[in-house]
Amino acid sequence: MKKKVLKELLLQGNEAVVEGALRAGCLFFAGYPITPATEISEQLSVRLPRVDGTFIQMEDEIASLGAVIGASLAGVKSMTATSGPGFSLMQENLGFAIIAEVPCVIVNAMRGGPSTGLPTSPSQSDVMQARWGTHGDHPIITLCPSTVRECFDLTIKAFNYSEKYRIPVILLIDEVVAHMREKIAISDEEDPGIFNRVKPTVPPEWYIPYEDTPQGVPPMANFGEGYRYHVTGLTHDVRGFPTSRPDEIDPFIRRLFRKISQNFSDLQIGESFMTDDADVAIIAYGCVARSAKRAVADCRERGIKAGMLKLNTIWPFMRSQVEKVLRQAKVVIVPEMNMGQISREVKRVNKGEAKVFTINRVDGSIITPQEIINRIKEVF
Amino acid sequence: MAEVTKLIHNYLRHDKKFPHVWCPGCGIGIMLGALIRAIDHTGYDKDEIVLVSGIGCTGRLPVYVDFNTLHTTHGRALTFATGVKLAKPGLKVIVVMGDGDAVAIGGNHFIHAARRNIDLTAIIVNNSVYGMTGGQYSPTTPYGMRSTTTVYSNVEHSFNISELAVTAGAVFVGRGTVYHAKLLEGLMEKAFHKVGFSVVEIISHCHTQFGRLNRMGSAVEMMQWQRDHAVTVEKAAQMKEAQLKDKFKIGILVDRELPAYQDEYEKVRSWSKGVEKK
Amino acid sequence: MSFRYDIRLSGSGGQGIILMGIILAEAIGIYDGKFVAQTQSYGPEARGGSSKAEVVVSDTEIDYPKAMQLDLLVAMTQKSCDDYYMDLKPDGILIVDSTFVRQIPVPRAYQIPFTRIARENLKREMVANIVGLGAIARLTPAVSPKAIETAVLARVPKGTEKLNRDALQAGMKAAQKLKGLTFPEAPSELEDEDT
Repeated sequence: MKKKVLKELLLQGNEAVVEGALRAGCLFFAGYPITPATEISEQLSVRLPRVDGTFIQMEDEIASLGAVIGASLAGVKSMTATSGPGFSLMQENLGFAIIAEVPCVIVNAMRGGPSTGLPTSPSQSDVMQARWGTHGDHPIITLCPSTVRECFDLTIKAFNYSEKYRIPVILLIDEVVAHMREKIAISDEEDPGIFNRVKPTVPPEWYIPYEDTPQGVPPMANFGEGYRYHVTGLTHDVRGFPTSRPDEIDPFIRRLFRKISQNFSDLQIGESFMTDDADVAIIAYGCVARSAKRAVADCRERGIKAGMLKLNTIWPFMRSQVEKVLRQAKVVIVPEMNMGQISREVKRVNKGEAKVFTINRVDGSIITPQEIINRIKEVF
Repeated sequence: MAEVTKLIHNYLRHDKKFPHVWCPGCGIGIMLGALIRAIDHTGYDKDEIVLVSGIGCTGRLPVYVDFNTLHTTHGRALTFATGVKLAKPGLKVIVVMGDGDAVAIGGNHFIHAARRNIDLTAIIVNNSVYGMTGGQYSPTTPYGMRSTTTVYSNVEHSFNISELAVTAGAVFVGRGTVYHAKLLEGLMEKAFHKVGFSVVEIISHCHTQFGRLNRMGSAVEMMQWQRDHAVTVEKAAQMKEAQLKDKFKIGILVDRELPAYQDEYEKVRSWSKGVEKK
Repeated sequence: MSFRYDIRLSGSGGQGIILMGIILAEAIGIYDGKFVAQTQSYGPEARGGSSKAEVVVSDTEIDYPKAMQLDLLVAMTQKSCDDYYMDLKPDGILIVDSTFVRQIPVPRAYQIPFTRIARENLKREMVANIVGLGAIARLTPAVSPKAIETAVLARVPKGTEKLNRDALQAGMKAAQKLKGLTFPEAPSELEDEDT
């Protein structure tokens, strides 16, 4: 057995994404330059060829996600990284990856919008785009780190989820976390938790590529391995062929949702900080969760029983954890660098247990601990 | 006849719900026949072939054939194919597209795939119109022709797909028609053997939409038009410019050698591992 | 309450402010073994716009990663000095590049001509930021001289080690001369009122 060596590195969030991706087994990256995600492209262009992987800069973000899906169908773990404007272009092929159930990871380093917006300033305004950006009814998995360590860990998680549930996973990073440097220790050991897609074990003539399973996730054959099947963006039957039969469409769409909904417990990552006895609870994510944590500590010093629920899983929405907080606290504050996207969800699941207040900042600056404390003083 | 039966048996998907989507008389069927014969001649194993398409009448083709088949989003077939090829260079990746798919919505991907010289074969069925959506004008609809969105006459100028491919850097460009089925088969076979980005443009007809709107007659009459207006590259070389005025060339338009992307990228891999750049 | 030390490095694009922040954070985090968070902001232009890097140091995990009230402000242009001196704590330290900063807004300030030292003594203006790092190591408790040297040598391009080591030494030497400087005591009732 090789001895475990811990390497301490000062890394940017974007660099930690790169380390996480390589650790997860990513061997293909296609992307298009965009601030503030370029560090991911630049570093992977250096690192991937060294491990016989492939980096390619495509002509736009539509092409980037197309190439990523193609590579994944050929059996290689694949990812792309972009920011809001590029994420908008990717929505088309994002839908393809969902309906054809192709694993892949999409990093969106969020900047201010709409349109070209604020290229070098942070924002959290793509939360709802991650959920509903592509047309049609669909489930999605979206993760959001607030530390450099989490950039590493959640990138691995993103690959694991995408392989396990055959679904694109979106990693939403805000510009603060993407560009922030922190110290993290990475071991050079192989991660035992890496999940690789389940391949069919039946002979090719028995393989039904989109057959339902107890998990809701059919085994996935890679191109060139003897299982010739059809992959399409059209609504298809269990064999992968286009269908317009209601009795085939309905179970298919429901299975897409079920494979996520019946595995909610596996998908919910977050942190409860002093929420057990909290009168005031803050629900936050990304860089703002760090401000919230500071605000909680300061409030506690002043005798205010504050707490925080940090959401690392943005979608599917962490309903049960949020409901718990709503039951405990009298006042819930949702600070976000947008006009109120997660707060809509919090209000949706609130059944009158707590008063929900928002803090919305859209000027390209992070919400400070002081702003959160001021809001608490105002409403509590 | 026995030969055809064997090919049908070997290459068509029998669990697919036939009949196909194409109109009786459509050129895509002839093109599919030529495609299968060309693949059969090259001797590729069916597992090695990935057939990728976009959206439109031609986009529906892969579903009927027994390869690894990938029916992508509109215009994006070449991008998916790029990913497949780079992830598994051992696979033979063939992309079939229509004219709107390849040079309207997918025009940017088309020129960039050619520029990079990705080892793919792009087969483009050019019937001058968006057939599936009901006969709207495409980037290859000639000036002065009618479509359901140019009922008064088309005032845009059309792309010459093959010339576009040559200029963008494709290493092999051939043009055929569905009338010249044997020539077509040969062009495809040559394209499959070529390493790098190869293009076969196929002049076809849409009698249901384009032909009807422009009073060009039945499928047979439109194929006669192809016969009468196509001139082989060899023959054209001996003709005067005036004689070629309303004609188009068929045959091999370009066949040149350039290193394919994946071979160039192998160099990047070795440089990244410390091998000195010459 | 745990120990927290907030640093802001500021100047204009092209002065190497961000690299200065990265090296400082690496020295503190990796070689001095403390917790550190480094953030930055810059305009779209690579040269000439304003540039700012922040380093937060702590003995525990850092929550809010941006500098709040500053323990240390380094200003390499007059504009950045004017923009940020208000964020200094009453006992916070201001270090300026006196090549460009002529008007000192606070009493507790160290004035060292980083750029002039780099240009005249080292013949390379681009190492002004490294001169600055030398001064920081000598004048503040933020980072140890040993750690900053290791971090500088780990980050700079091969072949420039001597130049950068000399730059660091020049910064330390210039700072040493000012070390004895005493400042008026900060009035204690103003401290930490609103943090």
